[in-house]
Amino acid sequence: MNKLVNLTIDGRKLQGEEGQTVLEVARDNGIDIPTLCYHEEIEPYGACRLCLVEVTKNNRSRLVTSCLYPIEEGLVVKTATERVISNRKMLMELLLARCQGVKVIEDMARKLGVDKPSFKPEYWEKNECILCGLCTRACAEVVGTSAISLVNRGVNREVAAPFLETAEDCIGCGSCVYICPTKCIKMEENGDTRTIVNWKATFKMQKCQKCGKNFAPVKQLEYFRKKLNLPEGFFDVCPDCR
Amino acid sequence: MAAKPKPKEKAPTGRVNSPKQLEALRAAIVARKNPKKPCIALCVGTGCLAYGCVDILQAFKNEITKQKLENSVDVRGTGCPGFCERGALLTIYPQGVFYQRVRIEDVPEIVNETIVKGRVISRLLYQDPNTKQHYEKEADVPFYSRQMRLLLDANSKIDPTSIEDYIGIGGYSALAKVLFQIKPEQVIDKVKKSGLRGRGGGGFPTGNKWQSTRDAEGDIKYVICNCDEGDPGAFMDRSLMEGNPHSVLEGMIIGAYAIGSHEGYVYIRHEYPMAVENVMMAIKQAESKGLLGTNILGSGFHFKLKVSRGGGAFVCGESTALMASLEGKVGEPRAKYVHTSEKGLYNRPSNLNNVETWANIPHIMLKGADWFSGIGTMTSKGTKIFSLVGKVNNTGLIEVPMGMKLRDIVFGIGGGIRDGKKFKAVQTGGPSGGFIPESHLDIAVDFDELTRVGSMMGSGAMIVTDENTCMVDMAKYFVNFLQEESCGKCLPCREGLKRMIQILTDITDGKGRDEDIELLERLAATLKDASLCALGQTAANPVLTTIRYFRDEYEAHIKEHRCPAGVCKPLITYSIINEKCPGCGKCVEPCPTKAITFVAKKQPVILDQEKCIKCGTCYDICNLKAVAIK
Ligand SMILES: Cc1cc2nc3c(=O)[nH]c(=O)nc-3n(C[C@H](O)[C@H](O)[C@H](O)COP(=O)(O)O)c2cc1C
Ligand code: SF4
Ligand code: SF4
Ligand code: FES
Repeated sequence: MNKLVNLTIDGRKLQGEEGQTVLEVARDNGIDIPTLCYHEEIEPYGACRLCLVEVTKNNRSRLVTSCLYPIEEGLVVKTATERVISNRKMLMELLLARCQGVKVIEDMARKLGVDKPSFKPEYWEKNECILCGLCTRACAEVVGTSAISLVNRGVNREVAAPFLETAEDCIGCGSCVYICPTKCIKMEENGDTRTIVNWKATFKMQKCQKCGKNFAPVKQLEYFRKKLNLPEGFFDVCPDCR
Repeated sequence: MAAKPKPKEKAPTGRVNSPKQLEALRAAIVARKNPKKPCIALCVGTGCLAYGCVDILQAFKNEITKQKLENSVDVRGTGCPGFCERGALLTIYPQGVFYQRVRIEDVPEIVNETIVKGRVISRLLYQDPNTKQHYEKEADVPFYSRQMRLLLDANSKIDPTSIEDYIGIGGYSALAKVLFQIKPEQVIDKVKKSGLRGRGGGGFPTGNKWQSTRDAEGDIKYVICNCDEGDPGAFMDRSLMEGNPHSVLEGMIIGAYAIGSHEGYVYIRHEYPMAVENVMMAIKQAESKGLLGTNILGSGFHFKLKVSRGGGAFVCGESTALMASLEGKVGEPRAKYVHTSEKGLYNRPSNLNNVETWANIPHIMLKGADWFSGIGTMTSKGTKIFSLVGKVNNTGLIEVPMGMKLRDIVFGIGGGIRDGKKFKAVQTGGPSGGFIPESHLDIAVDFDELTRVGSMMGSGAMIVTDENTCMVDMAKYFVNFLQEESCGKCLPCREGLKRMIQILTDITDGKGRDEDIELLERLAATLKDASLCALGQTAANPVLTTIRYFRDEYEAHIKEHRCPAGVCKPLITYSIINEKCPGCGKCVEPCPTKAITFVAKKQPVILDQEKCIKCGTCYDICNLKAVAIK
């Protein structure tokens, strides 16, 4: 086990392991910090900035993103100071102005006490994607395929397959669909095909030779079979029937 | 007892293997030079390329050959002396006669008159636009006389492509001294004691940064030079890199020795072809002389340096984005809670400094920490190079001691505002710098004072504006630049700047709402507090300072739908002042939409508001000021 580190979060004296982040220790202890671009299984990224907290060290306090900030001995953290809250509210206003009609965002905004953005309504947008980069990171880090990525700079940023064509490296596993916080990546299954609509990629499904269910894309099964060095024909039956 | 004469070291032709050999080489170079021999030194920096300086240089060489003067006159292309707007720039040594706005047609006359007969051509001398006085010597020109050119001075004295020229003026002697007489820790102590702070923007104490990188765990450490310089209109780093690349290399080798690094990179934007070429050449030359690479100067220390060309995005100048880009990844910043001095390039301890920071090092090593800290203010030591542009009479690259009054820069060196107009504000620090008004012109320019008044040192860009500038429009212009350069990774910068532009555009279109100023301030606070990197964190400065110092202009736009400076098109109308217009009709033809009708001589012309697109052509053309902007 790593060295133990003492810190205070919202007045509670807590311990964490060296190398943990403030967010991890907070969550382990049931302290709620809002996040949108964070997931336990994936390297933190620091894009949504909602997880801001105020830390004080040597009598100097500053705002940091808790998903990235490593804990330190004697650190004092406050997760809901006035400064933290007013920034979170503005971030929510910015999100609402970008994502009109996206339920996750609207719910979160309401929880943080924001009901509508202060910007002129004529500028509100109806994007579903918040550019949190969870899908692209899941694809790269968990699946290891990097079939999609964040392209373009600044306001033109978007998630896309290389060269905005169909995602050739996509294996149809659906990890991105599952992880997307706003559920904006659409997947359709139709008989023996699966389509990930956003990446314009369609896959033939493998039929289980026992129960007859179309259980996963052939391409995905081949990918894992090769990666894990399994014998040919290993995925002819679905996990349930094996 | 008479001292025995020491055996003389012979000047080496190839590698230089000891400090003694370096001194011998220098002595030989200096001996070859005849200080009385006339030399025509012409700037061939990027700024002067537009004036055809390469052809002018060739014309001088041809003329000298034609007149059979090759053996009695030298012709040399040099780095940039800074007064680019007056290019092509020429200095004739040993007298130091300074000619500006030299054109290729002037070449024979300069050779015949000044070189052969020793006569000064007054037409080519600098004339002060205010006093009409002519100046013969560069050092006397007001643009130069108030400067302190520690770093830039050598630019006009050496050929940047010649390592001999650099060695001739004392180059690499700081390195020799450091490698053989000073321990790495002591080098760092010296840099700390000098008070040198990074010139790349943040003003971080250089010695402390070196110390952390030295102390960080790891066998492999990197030393990196930041020559990304993405600020529009800034060219201090380019000019040092083009004009005196060896001074930067020497600083880096010293830094590497102090930090314990054996591998380094020069990250340089690819839009700087001449700087790339000159630094690559300098690296080759230094390697062949044994001043870079293995066993430097016979000391056993080795350091390898590579050049990497950046793609040119502004954000790539940010340290973590730069390192990602060096690794071949997308140039996007990451959080720096673990410092790059511990985990930087390839996750190894890395020390990044700006071009100008590196160039200061050899001077500090040679002349000492006390000498350096004797220049400047309490918290900011040494000199700083600025690019002074905008509505001043003299624009260009300037170097001044820290602590010079802003007023002395704008009105002394800059020669005041063009065309007798009134000063309005000066923006310092690049696109995310703040605007400083007349009431703060007497601040001493250093890191902390600029921050105190809401701006920053940044890279050292200075843009002067006059009474005809609309401050809301200016803020909009820079926020727009930053919005385009935002990498888009983090929410406040990407979405916040987009909203900021919408609000500012509304205000300049006369569609602003009463609550918009407060909303801008709230947005600015979140940009500052919540953005991931310093691009977003500083992006609101132009807006915050214009609100702070020119709130009345915002209010005029919002409440009265009026642009006081007469800039914002939707808010202004052009009209003919009938009493002043004699009907000369000079404005009729140039109007692109034919909105002006000639009536008769001695009767005012008529301007049709329906057709007017507010281009301002008539206003500019009318000498009698009979066109009004409201
Ligand atoms: C958006 C952005 C652009 C930057 N561009 C540059 C640059 O072009 N050159 C530079 O030296 N530093 C630049 N910096 C500052 C660097 O991140 C870094 O602080 C600096 O290179 C460190 O060197 P110094 O300590 O010598 O100043 C930039 C920072 C930001 C946030
Ligand atoms: S598609 Fe979903 S997961 Fe991917 S960046 Fe957008 S919001 Fe995040
Ligand atoms: S502040 Fe702007 S430039 Fe910096 S990481 Fe965020 S989006 Fe990118
Ligand atoms: S969760 Fe930390 S920045 Fe998004």
